[in-house]
Order: sequence, then structure tokens, then C-alpha cells
Amino acid sequence: MTASQRYRCQLHQSAAERSAETHPLTWRLREDSALIGLDEYLDKDGYAAVRQTLGSQSPQDVIATVKQANVRGRGGAGFSAGMKWSLTLQGGDLPRGYIVCNADEMEPGTFKDRLLLEQLPHLLIEGMILGGYANNSRFGYIFLRGEYIEAARAVTQALDEARAAGWLGADIAGSGFDFDIALHTGAGRYICGEETALISSLEGKRANPRAKPPFPGQSGAWGKPTVVNNVETLCNVPAVLRHGAEWYQGLSGGLSNDGGTKLYGVSGKVNRPGLWELPIGTSGRELIERAGGMRDGRALKTWLPGGGSTGFLLPEHLELALDFDTIGEQGSRMGTGLLTVVNEDQSMVSLARNLEEFFARESCGWCTPCRDGLPWTVKILRALERGEGEQGDIELLEELANDLGPGKTFCAHAPGAAMPLESALRYFRDEFERGVTHPRGAAHEDPIPVGEV
Amino acid sequence: MNDTVRAQVHSAIASDGDGFTLHADDLHAIEHERDHYEQPQAACIEALKIVQRRHGWVPDGAIPAIANVLGIGAASVEGVATFYSLIFRQPVGRHVILVCDSSSCFLTDYEQLRDALTEHLGIGFGETTPDGRFTLLPVCCLGACDRGPAMMIGDDTYGPVMIDDVASLLEGYP
Repeated sequence: MTASQRYRCQLHQSAAERSAETHPLTWRLREDSALIGLDEYLDKDGYAAVRQTLGSQSPQDVIATVKQANVRGRGGAGFSAGMKWSLTLQGGDLPRGYIVCNADEMEPGTFKDRLLLEQLPHLLIEGMILGGYANNSRFGYIFLRGEYIEAARAVTQALDEARAAGWLGADIAGSGFDFDIALHTGAGRYICGEETALISSLEGKRANPRAKPPFPGQSGAWGKPTVVNNVETLCNVPAVLRHGAEWYQGLSGGLSNDGGTKLYGVSGKVNRPGLWELPIGTSGRELIERAGGMRDGRALKTWLPGGGSTGFLLPEHLELALDFDTIGEQGSRMGTGLLTVVNEDQSMVSLARNLEEFFARESCGWCTPCRDGLPWTVKILRALERGEGEQGDIELLEELANDLGPGKTFCAHAPGAAMPLESALRYFRDEFERGVTHPRGAAHEDPIPVGEV
Repeated sequence: MNDTVRAQVHSAIASDGDGFTLHADDLHAIEHERDHYEQPQAACIEALKIVQRRHGWVPDGAIPAIANVLGIGAASVEGVATFYSLIFRQPVGRHVILVCDSSSCFLTDYEQLRDALTEHLGIGFGETTPDGRFTLLPVCCLGACDRGPAMMIGDDTYGPVMIDDVASLLEGYP
């Protein structure tokens, strides 16, 4: 017998704490974390939004409601889902396109979509039917990362059930709307989570991102209008249409201008890492309290608000509302809203090195600043970590962070890599300076071999 | 090149070298996948996974064979095969261990887990044990951050992995 455990994804809120009125994403979840099949989903108001919407509201009405509810993209970018949908080309002679669910969850520190995929796949399917209806999509794909084995089983079962019961296929719920969904599983690589790289990967190509414009809504998969939404974003849609935009807006209870709830989470150096559905705009302090506080009584040093591609924040930022605009104003991003908590014992040089190694490895290699700049930052950070940095290294890192910034590459991979690096240098510069021990250009006794990165 | 000539060239490529031939079931599965998408190329990644499920990896001869079925160039298939981290273009062990090295696991003893694995197995990342049992690879965030350090052995995800019982955990994978 071994003490190591099979991983199980769980929500850290009891059923008593959750209701349909307050927890649109998770109220149906069971205490035993088991998969919710079609019968149970139907018993819990499942597919009611599809029945209520298809045939009685126009696609434009659906888009208007989602826009008014201000459902912002839960994959991390925070772009209004209703706005995105309103930009999808449709009508006239245009062919019907695709709706793609981005279930390629690989952002370091993020484990939220897994919960919905493994335990409540029918909610996602219902959201995709509604999204497909609004965007005039003929077909949907769920782009799932290859490592999510349990999620693939759950989604496959749910798709079969939904198709057998007539929720997918021709003339859904007697509305005249034809739509079906296929599961597409990936084969690794973080970059597949980038919207346009995901489309390249779906087409069976290397996951290189594409220049925008044209935006996927104009020309996406196979040149057809394509809308890509995150799992959590799509899972919000059924409740928005069932209960209305005003109700959804009200869920944040004045904590934020954004509407709805958020699947927040905490990992790292806390006592009880976990996942909770809370009003959007909940503070970092409340999340860390729910996570049982800091492990071993060590003090909080810094935290990432929503994944490896967001900027570090300090203890003084704990009172801020965790929403897209408030965190954005601090030079960071809310990202996925799952906190990574770092304590006072952690070297920031080592942590920055770990993050940049990740981004360097996961670069698709398409754009020069990303392909060449990221290994360079790793090399410098490794030297600083060993106390072998040269004078000027910090300035060089700052320059690199700038050259990796927005607008210099096709996609947001390099800017995402730059954000934790830039903020670590800004808040913890002294730690990096301690690694500088060498005059510029002087020979090292034991140089780091070329090609090691 | 007309279609007949093209087919002959393709079949010549497919039977070239190590004489690789797609298993009839795999051929059928790939043709089935091909019809799920607007263009056959989209089934490329799934085709590689189908071959890999049978052989454990993607042998050289499978590349032109898949290209032939999908009607695309072998270079396109090879380009895809070498891009994705979970497609293996060289033989791997019976069980592939994917160790999460992303930030949350890094904060929760990833390095100790990595050292315990490399010491116990006697191999580093990208290597296979001499008995062909395990291959060790790093992987990006496994989405098990609340239970770090995390890793996968084959299709099974573990977290938190206790450093002290890495050996007994691996015992379950003969």
C-alpha cells in the first residue's frame, strides 16, 4: 500500500453552500464528486435553457443577453463573450462555421476546467449548443488536452447520451436547429491553448498561431467563421439565458463591474489548496483564508493572481477585487483566477527561472523574440541563480522582458512570459542583484556550456 | 502526376525502408477519424496517436503510410509528429512517466520528486530504463496544482506524490 494518491479533482464547498440562485456553475455538483449523467442533469434543470431559447429567441437576442450579462472570457483574456459572438460573421450567403471549446487547460497553476469537464460535461454541452445557435455554427469541437484522460471519458459519455436523447443532431428540441459536437484530444504543447494556434492544431497542423486580423470569427477553422471560448465561459451561458442578464450581473453583489461568479482556486504554500465558486471580485485575502492560510506559519511573500503568465503581486494587493479590470490596473492580469501562493522562503530568481524555462520550452518557435529571447532569459536566470551573473545582466533581462512584450510577436505567449519576469524584477530586484558577482565580459572559471538551455 | 501514379508512388513510399504497413484496424480507425473533419489533414494528430497506441511510438515507416491515407505530404506528417510532445518518434518504455515541472509543483517539492525518480530509475529526462519498462519525461502543468507534486504514469494521474514511496508506486506498473 502506498501513501501517494490518485489525483481527484474536487470543489471545496459543501452542497449546502451552493444553490441554483447563487452558484450557476457548481450547484449541481455532488458531494461525492461523481460524474453527473444525463438523467441527473435533466432532474437538475438540465437543458432547460436550450428548450427555453432555441426556436423562441433569435441568435441576435441570445448574443444581446450574453453581452448585457457581461460574461468575460474565463480562459484568462477577459474579453466579453457577447462582444466576441457579435463579431462572428453570419447571415447571407456565408457558410455556417464552428464553435470550439478551448479545454486545453495547461496554464501553470490552473485546475478549474478539469472540474467542470470531469463532473458536469452536460453543462458544457448545453453551453455549446446555445453558443452554436447564437453563432450559427454547424458543428462544435471540444479541444481537450491529451493528458485529461478522465475528462475525455466523461465528455465522450455525455456526448453519446446527449446525441441519443436528441440534444445533439438534427432539429434539436424541435427547433429546426441542427448541431453536433465532436471531441478532439490534443497531444501536448501549451501553445495549443492560444486561440489561433488551437485552430491550427485542430486542422491537424503544427500549433503555430496566426496573425489577426482576420479574427477567427471572420476566418477561422478551414476558413469558416469560428468562435473559440473557454470551458468555464461556455458553462456560464445556460444560466445567463435561463435567469437573465440582470440576475447574472447581480451575482457579483457589487464587488465588481463584471457579472457572475468565478471558479477561483489556490495552490502553492497554503494549508488547504482548493477550488471554490465565488462572486467575481472576491479578494485574494478571502481566497487564502478559505485555503486555510499559509502553510507552516510562514509569511506570504508574493502571489500570482491567475497563472504563470500573470504578473506577481504583493501582500498589499490582497484586498483588491479579483476581477479583470482591477488586477489589470496593477500591471498584472487576473488570468484564470487561480492563485499561486509563494512564501518568504522562496528565491524569486529560482521561481522566475522555473517559469521562464516553462515558457522557453513551450514556445512554438514561430517568432524570433520568443524563440530566441526566452532561452536567453533562462540562461541569464540560471547564471544569477548560481551567483555567476555579470554586471549588466539585470538590465539585459529588463530589455528582454520589454522585447518580449505585446505587439512584437504573433500571439500572447511571449508577453505572457514577460509579465512574471518583469514584475519579479520590479518587486524583488535586490534578489536578482545578489546573483551579479562578475565583471562584464570577463572570462568565467567554469562557464555554462553553450546549448544547455 | 495522375491519381494512379500518385497512388503507386505513395504505396512505394509506404512499403519502403523497414517495410512498415499500417495494421488493418488502425487504417480503418484513421479513415473513420478522417471523416470527422472538413479536411483529411485534421485527422493527422489522431492518426499518429492511433499508431502510437499499437506500437508504443511512431515508427519511421508510419509517417509516409499515414500521409498516404490522408492524402498529404509525408513532410507535413513528420512536421506534426515532431511538434507535439506526446507523440514519440523514438521507442519509449512500457510506461511513460510525465512529471509536472510547472510553478505550483515547483513550489511543492517537484525537485525532490524529480531527484527521487531519477535516482530510483537510474535515468534522466528523455531516457528509458534499460529493461524497457519506464520512460521519464517532463510535462507542463498537469492541472493538479492543488495536490502537488503531481505526475502521470501511463493514463493515471497521482497527486500528491509522497517522495518516500515513489518506489512502491512504480511497483504497480510492471
